[in-house]
Amino acid sequence: MVPTEHHGDQWEPYVDNGGSTLAIAGEDFVVIGSDTRSSDGYNINTRYDPKAFKFTNNTVLATTGYRADCKSMAKSVQAQITKYAHDHGKEMSVEAMAQMLSIMMYQKRFFSYYVFPIVAGIDKEGKGAVYSYDPVGNMERVGFRAFGSSSALLQPFIDDQLGFKNRADIKPEERELHLPDLQQAKNIITDVFNGAAERDIYTGDGLQLFTITKEGGIELEELPLKRD
Amino acid sequence: MVPANRRGFHFDNCKRNELLESKGSITAKFTKTGTTIVGLIYKDGVILGADTRATEGPIVADKNCEKLHRLTENMYCAGAGTAADTEYTTNMIASKLELHRLNTNRQPRVVTAASMLSQHLFQYQGHIGANLILGGYDINGPQLISVMPHGSTDKLPYMTLGSGMLAAMAVFETKWKPNMERDDAIALVTEAVSAGIFNDLGSGSNVDVVVITKDRTDYLRNHSKPNQRVPKQTSYKYPPGSVSVIRKEVRYHSNANQSPAAVVPEVVMSES
Repeated sequence: MVPTEHHGDQWEPYVDNGGSTLAIAGEDFVVIGSDTRSSDGYNINTRYDPKAFKFTNNTVLATTGYRADCKSMAKSVQAQITKYAHDHGKEMSVEAMAQMLSIMMYQKRFFSYYVFPIVAGIDKEGKGAVYSYDPVGNMERVGFRAFGSSSALLQPFIDDQLGFKNRADIKPEERELHLPDLQQAKNIITDVFNGAAERDIYTGDGLQLFTITKEGGIELEELPLKRD
Repeated sequence: MVPANRRGFHFDNCKRNELLESKGSITAKFTKTGTTIVGLIYKDGVILGADTRATEGPIVADKNCEKLHRLTENMYCAGAGTAADTEYTTNMIASKLELHRLNTNRQPRVVTAASMLSQHLFQYQGHIGANLILGGYDINGPQLISVMPHGSTDKLPYMTLGSGMLAAMAVFETKWKPNMERDDAIALVTEAVSAGIFNDLGSGSNVDVVVITKDRTDYLRNHSKPNQRVPKQTSYKYPPGSVSVIRKEVRYHSNANQSPAAVVPEVVMSES
């Protein structure tokens, strides 16, 4: 008799492809940076796989985690947004898109997308908006957020620089009075990604920097990052 | 005095750790140098090359570490694997070779070092995680020998080891040829290590090279620096008063001549 084959390892449906995202909301703008490296273990799958995409003339969605799930989810979101535009004769607002994404993610509660999304845009009042999520759809509107393989390096830094946590000169409650201007926010993102590329092996190759303003719409800049 | 049968490493906890691991508790992790190390023989001698990144999981622990270890004047050893093991193994062999040189009054031979390394690693049955490329020049000419953690050795004209070994070997397999000129050989070693640096996430930063010939050894530390940091856009200097002083205290080291009054710490409470 042939003995039954035992497979010790269970099927693993998820892979972490690394990379990082960072969004900063200003008074009347949002900037969102993300690196373009996609990797698996010690291998680089590609040096140019953008994580952030324009969804409307007002919104950008950036996602780290498992690339296949990121892309699959983004495709579903795009489909719904296109449908919304046809049905209602207008573009979806950031608020609506943010809420919709939360619902779409929770619908997959027991086989969730392995993703860490950030939605950035300008809200109905003309203010910069950043929404962040966990993989099952828990949503929170924040002033700034870092996600991905470098999040543990980036988040404490921006908590200090933009959130004024543990600072004696500016209280965290006074943050609204000290919001960064557009150039300051862009500088912080480039500096922070160059730093992340130094110390995190999964972040590097290229930086995509999306700027969203009410007047200017969405602008994209691409900058090089370290490739080692 | 430690009894003879109790010398060296103790494996008493191995069974216990295995049990603990199977029950899901945490296990000890140590620094593994995801690495690219290479070596080749050329016309006048042997060249070793290495990257300079040391990692702890996904984090770069050291951006410019040294992976080329000196054994003797005529021998170097490139190390990959568990950082502590490569360091301690090569240091120990270097000491033994120096004593050997003094005792015999002869230049140590590469095969001697290879045998010592291989026998030491075999004794520990692979528990010493040292992957080594040994290169040197002695009365038998240039030699290149790799030693694996279980003690096996290989004698080859060109070789690569570490997590970036495939990337580096791809370069060697396309471009290596026998009896290369010095400059071409250095360039090839640099290119092979660079392939590891850019295509393997465990390797990075700079290229170290050592060239060993009949009567000269050149250690070219940071021979190539292709990953310089870009300057920052902004200054992150904190304005004075950013940090709240909770308590200020000055204590003097014990001084017999000092009067007790002077030792009393000065305590200032901050206003915030």
